[in-house]
Amino acid sequence: MAEAMKMRATMEGGIVDVKVLIQHDMETGLRKDTKTDKLIPAHFINQVIATLNGKIVLDAQWGIGIAKNPFIGFRIKDAKPGDKVGINAVDNLGTKFDGEVVVS
Amino acid sequence: MNKLRRAFLKNAGVVGTVAIAIAAALLKPVTVFAATWNSRAFTSKNPADAINNSGYGGATESSDILIKAPDIAENGAVVPISATSNIRGTTSMAIFVEKNPTPMIADFKFSNGAEPYISTRIKMAKTSIVRVSVKAGGINYTNSREVKVTIGGCGG
Repeated sequence: MAEAMKMRATMEGGIVDVKVLIQHDMETGLRKDTKTDKLIPAHFINQVIATLNGKIVLDAQWGIGIAKNPFIGFRIKDAKPGDKVGINAVDNLGTKFDGEVVVS
Repeated sequence: MNKLRRAFLKNAGVVGTVAIAIAAALLKPVTVFAATWNSRAFTSKNPADAINNSGYGGATESSDILIKAPDIAENGAVVPISATSNIRGTTSMAIFVEKNPTPMIADFKFSNGAEPYISTRIKMAKTSIVRVSVKAGGINYTNSREVKVTIGGCGG
């Protein structure tokens, strides 16, 4: 599912700025299908872990209120070009989304 | 009398040890649970419950939490928000939208050099207070601002 995630990690004044975009519908479970008039089941990413060279830097839990095709930006100090930033995300149905980017 | 007191204290000591053992046994499942999704907080329907169930209750208002969000969001389905905590020792940050069907949006824990900063895009059902709370040194702090929404982003 690598194509489902876009990542960028750039150095800005000694701090790595990471931007992550994941393709996901983020269904709340509150929306109705206009044709069938039935609720569309909830389907959303609820856990995201970010690592720097394998060490956890961000451990996130999400609810249904994160927008469709989630974007997340965060910053890490004590990093340098060549370091690896990884993302491991999972949705409420157990589908995993992984990505990795080298700091530039 | 003295003997009785001594016996009592001895027993109290035993009871104390047992209590600690029980507490330790109880602590174990709690720490394991902390790693799993906090469904209680995320499914809470009112803001106070969501805040308390996520462990951000009893927070002190602080302008050292900076919230960047639009004053008016034309589309509630995608509202950009970023927050920075200038409170020393900030270890985690949570976002709440008080008028959403489930107010808790997200909880971020920082470690190993992550700055207390998050940028993301959230859903807002309608005009609401957006609250950002942080934990720093075992104390909770919070700040909020209103975002007006012209078209809601939750439900059908």
